[in-house]
Amino acid sequence: MLKSKTFVKKTRSGSVLKIVREHYLRDDIWCGSEICSECKDESPVLQRDACIESNLCPFPHYLIPDTNVVLHQIDILEDPLIRNVIILQTVLQEVRHRSAPVYKRIKDAIHDKEKHFYTFTNEHHRDTFIEREQNESANDRNDRAIRVSAKWYTEHLSRSQSGAELRVVLLTNDRSNREKAEQIGVIAYRCEEYIKSLIGNPELVDRLALTSDDQNEISGSKLLFPEHLPLSKIQAGIKSGTFLQGSFRASTDNYLEATVFIHGEGDKTTEVLLQGLQNLNRAVHQDVVAVELFPKERWVAPSSVVLQDDQQNDEDTEEEEAEKKLKSPVLDTTMLKPTGRVVGIIKRNWRPFCGMLNQSQIKESTRHLFTPADRRIPRIRIETRQASSLVGQRIIVAIDGWPRNSRYPNGHFVRNLGGAGDKETETEVLLLEHDVPHQPFSQTVLSFLPKMPWSVTEEDLKVRADLRHLCVCSVDPPGCTDIDDALHCRELDNGNLEVGVHIADVSHFIRPGNALDQEAASRGTTVYLCGKRIDMVPELLSSNLCSLRSNVERLAFSCIWEMNHNAEIINTRFTKSVINSKASLTYAEAQMRIDDSSMNDDVTKSLRGLNMLAKILKARRIEKGALTLSSPEVRFHMDSETHDPIDLQTKELKDTNSMVEEFMLLANISVAQKIYEEFSECALLRKHPAPPPSNYDILIKAAKSKDLVIRTDSAKALADSLNEATLENFLYFNTLLRILATRCMMQAVYFCSGMDSDFHHYGLASPIYTHFTSPIRRYSDIIVHRLLAVAIHADSTYPDLMDKHKQSALCNNLNYRHKMAQYAQRASVAFHTQLFFKSKGILNEEGFILFVRKNAIIILIPKFGLEGTVFFENKDKPGPRLSFDSEGPTLTVEEQHTFHIFDKVKVTISLDASNIQHQKIRMALLEPVIPGVSVQLPEPEPEAKKQKLDR
Amino acid sequence: MAGLELLSDQGYRLDGRKATELRKVQARMGVFAQADGSAYMEQGNTKALAVVYGPHEVRGSRSKSLHDRAVINCQYSMATFSTAERKRRPHGDRKSSEMSLHLKQTFEAAVLTQLYPRSQIDIYVKILQSDGGNYSACVNAATLALVDAGIPMRDYVCACTAGFVEDTPLADLCHAEESGGGTTLSLALLPRSENIALVQMDARLHQDHLPALMEAAMEACKGLSKVLDSVVRQHLQEVSVQTRE
Repeated sequence: MLKSKTFVKKTRSGSVLKIVREHYLRDDIWCGSEICSECKDESPVLQRDACIESNLCPFPHYLIPDTNVVLHQIDILEDPLIRNVIILQTVLQEVRHRSAPVYKRIKDAIHDKEKHFYTFTNEHHRDTFIEREQNESANDRNDRAIRVSAKWYTEHLSRSQSGAELRVVLLTNDRSNREKAEQIGVIAYRCEEYIKSLIGNPELVDRLALTSDDQNEISGSKLLFPEHLPLSKIQAGIKSGTFLQGSFRASTDNYLEATVFIHGEGDKTTEVLLQGLQNLNRAVHQDVVAVELFPKERWVAPSSVVLQDDQQNDEDTEEEEAEKKLKSPVLDTTMLKPTGRVVGIIKRNWRPFCGMLNQSQIKESTRHLFTPADRRIPRIRIETRQASSLVGQRIIVAIDGWPRNSRYPNGHFVRNLGGAGDKETETEVLLLEHDVPHQPFSQTVLSFLPKMPWSVTEEDLKVRADLRHLCVCSVDPPGCTDIDDALHCRELDNGNLEVGVHIADVSHFIRPGNALDQEAASRGTTVYLCGKRIDMVPELLSSNLCSLRSNVERLAFSCIWEMNHNAEIINTRFTKSVINSKASLTYAEAQMRIDDSSMNDDVTKSLRGLNMLAKILKARRIEKGALTLSSPEVRFHMDSETHDPIDLQTKELKDTNSMVEEFMLLANISVAQKIYEEFSECALLRKHPAPPPSNYDILIKAAKSKDLVIRTDSAKALADSLNEATLENFLYFNTLLRILATRCMMQAVYFCSGMDSDFHHYGLASPIYTHFTSPIRRYSDIIVHRLLAVAIHADSTYPDLMDKHKQSALCNNLNYRHKMAQYAQRASVAFHTQLFFKSKGILNEEGFILFVRKNAIIILIPKFGLEGTVFFENKDKPGPRLSFDSEGPTLTVEEQHTFHIFDKVKVTISLDASNIQHQKIRMALLEPVIPGVSVQLPEPEPEAKKQKLDR
Repeated sequence: MAGLELLSDQGYRLDGRKATELRKVQARMGVFAQADGSAYMEQGNTKALAVVYGPHEVRGSRSKSLHDRAVINCQYSMATFSTAERKRRPHGDRKSSEMSLHLKQTFEAAVLTQLYPRSQIDIYVKILQSDGGNYSACVNAATLALVDAGIPMRDYVCACTAGFVEDTPLADLCHAEESGGGTTLSLALLPRSENIALVQMDARLHQDHLPALMEAAMEACKGLSKVLDSVVRQHLQEVSVQTRE
């Protein structure tokens, strides 16, 4: 089977080394075609009748794309229309080196059975391997390898009797490559040519990426941007310290401003401010860039101006006017930040972007501007013939490139999601924008579900503690179907109390390593949107088999404490168990039972015991310095039929909420101790780092404005001073302070105990913490369950569980998914708030100033938990005179009224639908009355809205 | 830049082999007339030379000699030109001493030493070119040299490496695969009885994967034993033809 011929490959790396590698050539690599009679392939991938109607190729054919076609036209190749494609190993390897995302996408396409993509291992095939010739560059050699393989296929297929008319077509955009291919008798076309020749599929043409040839045609001659340096120069610059490498973050509020985060030694990061289009130099949000610092004289402070790029014209003009606005003189030198400019792009991190089309004013034009939903992404110029049908639709567009002479990057159309403003489309958009996996579960995943009907078996009972006799009940929000925790409490004979927390035993159903497990690990968390839940595990598990519903037998993982009446733990026990919940209550129902002295059944007694203990536990926790923070949360009342929000109300907290929470915290801490004790290297824990002192500046300043002092030297001090910070006749003040304090906090993160030394959870004031109590909706809990099961010898271990590097990679994914899920949740709330205000029309409400900015104030409406911005500047008319004092911070408008933080104001709230893409809640000032700035009360339609509609 | 893809989706390794395939093995016995036994071995690009002297009287101090069996003395060295970077010290460094010790242990298990009490058998092996699996090439070469010297053994000693990449055991690793991260297991086997003469693994591996990895290494060793056997038979044929003349 092995060809005895061995080859020698030489490569050079670092200090000149000669590396000798063997290269075996084989004669058992099949062509993968159904028609072939020579090859002994058992399940050929490529179809017999590979028909796709084309003007250029009227015969059935297979496609062979070259590397650049795969890299740039992956959107085309992914289209279900394109099938029967041969991907050469040479191409695949080159793609792998040049772009990881494209590599992943092409691999997904290859794995898709419907696509009939075949990978031909040409580098190891006896007839298609070629050696690099003298004076031949690596690229030329690869091009030649592709041509040789194409030729081999042409000849190979023509030899089979049945498929004489079947041909292969080489797709390449390289002119010389194409000519050479034609010389050796291979049919070759440019990708554009071929796609345009396909009959009856005009929409594919739009998805073509613009290649460099096309770009030249579009542009004028004026160069708008400085050149990017080549990578070699950048690397030299970074080495010598003249350039800095960092990730580029565009500002959400101001399209002319961005920050580059430079990762220094250890955890230290520095920020470099970039201002103005020239200095941003075509970098797009999240690119990895090289920046050059300006001398200190040119450093500036970040402007607190809010600027949006909403110019309508498509011309490549420079907006000097807007840039001028940025350069307000700053006297305070402490505000100055390192400032610089982008000299080159090290790595682009472009992904497909959701957004909407702005149709060009010229009807016949095929070039249009596309506005992404994410404000940090610049607008993209695309070419399409179906603009009229895309207007008002949410579409996906990918960026192809950004030439020096173009104000906007060039891109191409990928997919249409549906009408803007539709609830389904908008949900889809926000899921896509936040990278939330939300496709239905695949068949392979579902195949790992237990067979129905399912019940607890004898074997289960043998290895598990039988706790069915205990009076267990669950307390959850109304409408909850994925119940993952239940509680019980009873008095023991020795007078102590036994308290049990019973958690759904999800790890019993999801076994390590199978497709179900992998899917859950990649989703990481269940995402709760308004009126929609995107499950982490299939519904059969989440709402049925794992859900600890009342009066059915369910498998659980129990954590049982013996406590005395002072809530001191005497001993802790973990066991897998079988339970039978006696009642599933809502928070309100549980509260009613506790309060109703006439009820004295077991469940109620159990609840009272729990409530009593919880209060002690909470007091003790707060004593230790746990923070109680606040963030306005809202709940929508949905119309049962249309699922439109009909009312909005802030969530209220009952005693029972904190009762359940208290025991969950206790369980989590107990489990964290146990698994860390057992697996000091690979326990999955959760930490909450203490924020750097500078984070508190805003809070301290805000409190000072009311002559209060907030101490932030420790969590305890902060908690205490927050408790003391109250104002008479301003009850909401304390809540506002807590909202501000929440914004100062860091994100809590998962980590692997072997990779970190700081375990402290700042917010909970606990030295160690993990997540154990919600395995149905969090993957971290499943891992913790598995660790705990191994620790108590209830389950066996598996390799990845004990590998701290894999564990840590998993943590990174979980942290990312959690963050994204949170953002998606917020976006969903924002969208539903808009729907609500759309139906309500214009409302007048009272609110408080949360932040004061240079040209705007940000207002919180406690009633709706809604935040909005009141701008004092308008693009169309000259703004009022503003003077901003960053010390306060205060903003004085027209020298009449000074806005302080926490001031009470009255505003009108309405929906600004002028920009369908970014429908937003519009707030305008009612009180205090400032002529020319505040609006009149009885005005039915705000003036600004009309103006925008005219456009 | 992405690292090397050690195993492609199509199941091919860097050099075009499949997971269980060995590298090309070539060997010759009796390469030197001076020594009692000698052999030259190639496993892919790894090339080793083995020379055997003895059994003979114990040289040096008599105290080393054992009254009931022969002493096996092994010396492992690498040619200065054997690796990509020129080696400074061909033998005597920590790694070589360790390898010498391992070879000694391996052959003490295989050679019928009790037949030669108070004597000594010397095995010298040299790696001429190194491309992964140095230990196994040495063992295989030494086995052939011992056969050439006519020293009785329980069985051939066949050695091979196996590694673990993407949940698949790979047989007979080359240098790129050995250094590409992951685990390498070296196994020396007496194939007929399936007794293990030596097994060595430096990196961590989860217990669950060990049986699969051992299985792969054993299969590889058995494959090698067939090759060694045919080399010995062929050599015997050549020699017998020569002696008849």
